[in-house]
Amino acid sequence: MAWRLRLAPEKTNIDFFRYQWLTFGGSIALMLVAFVAWGVMGLNYGIDFKGGTTIRTESTTPVDIGVYRGALAPLPLGDVSITEVFDPGFAPDQHVAMIRISALDNTQSVTPEVIQQVEDALVAVDPAISFTSVESVGPKVSGELVWSSILAVAITSVGILLYIWLRFEWQFALGGVLALLHDVFITIGIFAVFQLKFDLTIIAALLTILGYSINDTVVVFDRLRENLVKYKTMPLRDVMNLSVNETLSRTLMTSITTLIAVGSMMVFGGDVIRGFSFAIFMGVLLGTYSSVYVAKNIVLMIGLDRSDKPKSDQGNQFAGIDA
Amino acid sequence: MQTPLWKTILIWGICAAGLLYALPNLFYTRVEQHNDALRAVELAGVSTPDQDAAIAQWPNWLPSGLVNLGLDLRGGAHLLAEVQVADVYKDRIDGLWPDVRDALRSERDAIGNVRREPSDPGVLKVKIGNPANMARAVELVRALAQPVVTLTGVGQTDIEVSAQGDTITVQLSEAERAATDSRTIQQSLEIIRRRVDEVGTREPTIQRQGTDRILIQVPGIGSAAELKALIGTTARLTFNPVRGRTSDENADPGSRNVLLPAADEPGMFYIIEQTPVVSGEDLVDAQPAFDQNGRPAVNFRFNPSGARKFGDYTAANIGQPFAIVLDDEVISAPVIQSAIPGGSGIITGSFTIEESTDLAVLLRAGALPAELIFLEERTIGPELGQDSIDAGRVAAVIAMIAVSLFMFASYGLFGLFANIALAINMGLLFGALSMIGGTLTLPGIAGIVLTIGMAVDANVLVFERIREELRGQKNPVRAIEIGYERAMSAIVDANLTTLITAAVLFSFGAGPVRGFAVTLALGIITSVFTALLVTKQLIALWYGWRRPRTITV
Repeated sequence: MAWRLRLAPEKTNIDFFRYQWLTFGGSIALMLVAFVAWGVMGLNYGIDFKGGTTIRTESTTPVDIGVYRGALAPLPLGDVSITEVFDPGFAPDQHVAMIRISALDNTQSVTPEVIQQVEDALVAVDPAISFTSVESVGPKVSGELVWSSILAVAITSVGILLYIWLRFEWQFALGGVLALLHDVFITIGIFAVFQLKFDLTIIAALLTILGYSINDTVVVFDRLRENLVKYKTMPLRDVMNLSVNETLSRTLMTSITTLIAVGSMMVFGGDVIRGFSFAIFMGVLLGTYSSVYVAKNIVLMIGLDRSDKPKSDQGNQFAGIDA
Repeated sequence: MQTPLWKTILIWGICAAGLLYALPNLFYTRVEQHNDALRAVELAGVSTPDQDAAIAQWPNWLPSGLVNLGLDLRGGAHLLAEVQVADVYKDRIDGLWPDVRDALRSERDAIGNVRREPSDPGVLKVKIGNPANMARAVELVRALAQPVVTLTGVGQTDIEVSAQGDTITVQLSEAERAATDSRTIQQSLEIIRRRVDEVGTREPTIQRQGTDRILIQVPGIGSAAELKALIGTTARLTFNPVRGRTSDENADPGSRNVLLPAADEPGMFYIIEQTPVVSGEDLVDAQPAFDQNGRPAVNFRFNPSGARKFGDYTAANIGQPFAIVLDDEVISAPVIQSAIPGGSGIITGSFTIEESTDLAVLLRAGALPAELIFLEERTIGPELGQDSIDAGRVAAVIAMIAVSLFMFASYGLFGLFANIALAINMGLLFGALSMIGGTLTLPGIAGIVLTIGMAVDANVLVFERIREELRGQKNPVRAIEIGYERAMSAIVDANLTTLITAAVLFSFGAGPVRGFAVTLALGIITSVFTALLVTKQLIALWYGWRRPRTITV
């Protein structure tokens, strides 16, 4: 037998319900924390959602936020926030800063004249400065984007719910989707707690999490469906444990390969996309966790009617192909 | 472990075709120059030596489709404009007034005097002298209504006429508004496209979005402000009779007249008649030129109907000034020296050469039917895009190597098969993107990297299943067959749910997010193909060659 890297022993017999009060309870607690953080601290919305302008500056001289701020102070702008950006991929003399100007109350995005004034003021304090990206979004669009984002998450959830309902049982669908929402809301909570920039790409990341996390859950459910037929008299809780144990090796493998890839994107992919990569990274971690500790617990709580399962189309190798 | 020959050929054929289509992307600059030159030559009909050299860089018989780079990778400008469709209602209603007036005056005896009352833009209020015959007046105005030609508005007319007291109110009907909106957007799209084409940048995206918005993306342009100057100008040119001149900006211009500022004399205003004699719509050509004093000017020429109107007016008003009005500013107000019958003329004013050139472009491309309001403006510098590409490439290569090592360490030889499939998968993904002319964005690159991690999932599922089967029974062929069969349902379910997500992302997202959805969806399809069919082929090849009695996964 050749040597193999093993993430889990060949045969595990872990009782995943044993510390249910801790794992499932912990998830509920975390979700509550996420909601509170979201409600109390709010999200650090990017211009996509709040309107306004971001200017990305690049210079060969080090960024001095105080000087930048001083240069912009005389201009008639709304709230201005200036942050320096660091990235391992930058050249030694590459100094990048992000300047965010919040939108004033009109439907136009910040006018080009204002942007020109800002750029002139910055060039005056640092002649080596260049503006690698300038983006303005009007409050009108940003308001709509909030709604369409919420709608997108809702539609995806419903779509997945219907699909799983079709392929499994409604209890599975409910358990799976609640586990998904758990992943999404905790990720949002993390963004709220650390006040990370929340823009349109983060919504894309959340939707990706929905797709990924259900992937893990579906694999567990698929095995559960198979085992329910195989072990007709075994208590539901034991069948669930067996199924999770049997798929544990795969769950860990796939999570690790995905985390490796997304982690690489997060570290080396540049700062522009870092928030996006980070959100997916967190989502994958949470998704793995929730498919083991959350989704099936919900199914167990709801209970499953196992009396009238037709044997014919469940659990054999074609179960997934012709339904 | 036999697969039918046709299936084997099909599988490897798809792989080969996919990789062939992906190939041009490895020589991106070269193929891009080749494609550009080819297009230019096709358009011009002749080729320069430079273009021939560029064409020779890439053989014609090879596929030359490239993955488009999104704005966030190539750099350029992005604008989201909202067309002020209501502007057009006002013009339509104003245009209706002379007809209404003439119709009512034809029966002045019964209806009495007719006067237009001030009203909201887009509404025509007419006061008649003899309210007793209101019914007849309304009837006369209603007779002016035209049926609306739309798919849904069958049987509807373009105007709604109502009467209250001694006032008739005329408005555009719901159906007519919808039809007008749609026409306005179409015209705006067309004119924006013409203006952007006049500047000759490569592959601009000009798209309608939602009911009244237009998305404009132009790669390679320096800034959104530049683009906005080009497409944001309405460029509505009219020739109006002048009623007077004043320096009082609050002067009352009187009814049916407007007060407009003079472009070259700050503080001066002209009182001009609201209804133009001729408008820019009647222009057929405009060219930058110089006037007799050597100052930059714009030459223009009218179409026959414009020329006739212009000729008639100038003949009747010799000695009177008339105003050349561009976007509500009086550019100049020359005095008519003689009748101008030929239908051509010159616009002078205090232009720079650049301004006169721009104005000629704008006049040639035509006026926008309505004002544009910009809701979103983004400029991405090309160097930032390049940085993003470089960083994305590094991340993808590292992810690929790390995942491959991990797969090999976990599954040995089978892991190697999965890695080969993963490499083919990347090729297929790029091949598919090139074939459909997809756009790669920064989130799209992230989607590819994510695909690297998730693509092996199907193989992991299969291999884990084979391991389980090997524990029970020792026949390796059976174990492999069953492993693939049993893992199938989980793989199908898991990937279909991700496809649902990608579909929502595609329909919801714009620009970068949409690019991500495309790569995610294509990645799912290609990864299932390679992970199931290609690895199985590889395993079958290996098995047929070595015929091992036992296998270890």
